[in-house]
Amino acid sequence: MSNSLDSYLVLSGLLFAIGTFGFLARRNAISMLMSIELMINAVNLSILAFGAFEPSLRVHAAVIALLVIAVAAAEATVGLAIVVAIYRNRRTPLVDEYDSMKD
Amino acid sequence: MPIGNSIPIVGIRWDDMLFIVLAAALLVSALLVVTLRDIIRCGLALTAAFASLAGIYALLGDPLVAATQVLVYIGAISVLILFAIIVTQTKNAPMGLAFQTQAWIGAAAAVVIAVVISGTILATTWPAGGQRLLTGTVDVAHKLFSDYVLPFEVVSVLLTASVVGGVYLARREIGRREIDPRGEDRS
Repeated sequence: MSNSLDSYLVLSGLLFAIGTFGFLARRNAISMLMSIELMINAVNLSILAFGAFEPSLRVHAAVIALLVIAVAAAEATVGLAIVVAIYRNRRTPLVDEYDSMKD
Repeated sequence: MPIGNSIPIVGIRWDDMLFIVLAAALLVSALLVVTLRDIIRCGLALTAAFASLAGIYALLGDPLVAATQVLVYIGAISVLILFAIIVTQTKNAPMGLAFQTQAWIGAAAAVVIAVVISGTILATTWPAGGQRLLTGTVDVAHKLFSDYVLPFEVVSVLLTASVVGGVYLARREIGRREIDPRGEDRS
């Protein structure tokens, strides 16, 4: 089981689907950011799985995964800062209460 | 004393067993992240998910990426998320509705995505790969500083910009009065 690419890719697909559900269903902005982190991790897992089972991609996959981790860290920093800034103004972390542009 | 290739009584190979345990831990903690009501517990479950992913990376033969996962995700991003939760948590948040009212549409979309992705993967013939090797850290370093040196530098600029931007966005504006949720003025 641990020697077939299929199992790693299916695991990554399931993780991505869980992240999608969290992003669509949660009300809290930080929960949505956590779901995005889950999805980024799922993509990273599939990149590394392809690298591990295709010898010519091996080193490339590790380098790309490291770059993805760095970009995800940057995204988390800015995203959480935006959530904190909105919380300062609106006093709620729930995205369905950010409705001042509705009227 | 050398240990055998497979677990004595159960008869499963050791790396298969490790994969099953890590994959189950990953999926369970990811489900807890999206379903738990109390958001601070979601953050802790997210840390557990990152940790089991680091184990899977090590199982795939990428020790450098596994170490980076532990350092960056568990060490930095989890702590950042937990701090943001502490800053933005209100008293009645765990009691309120955790999900949107149309969450079932999101659940249906997620199930469709899972089925489509799994079906596509299982219907495709992938290269068998042969035996898995360890990705050498020296090889990764050579590749990172020869072929990928431009993306590396761009990422360093991006990280600097995001740190400055994060501080700018989250700082307290001078001269602005902040209103406490309970109604008192606290500036």
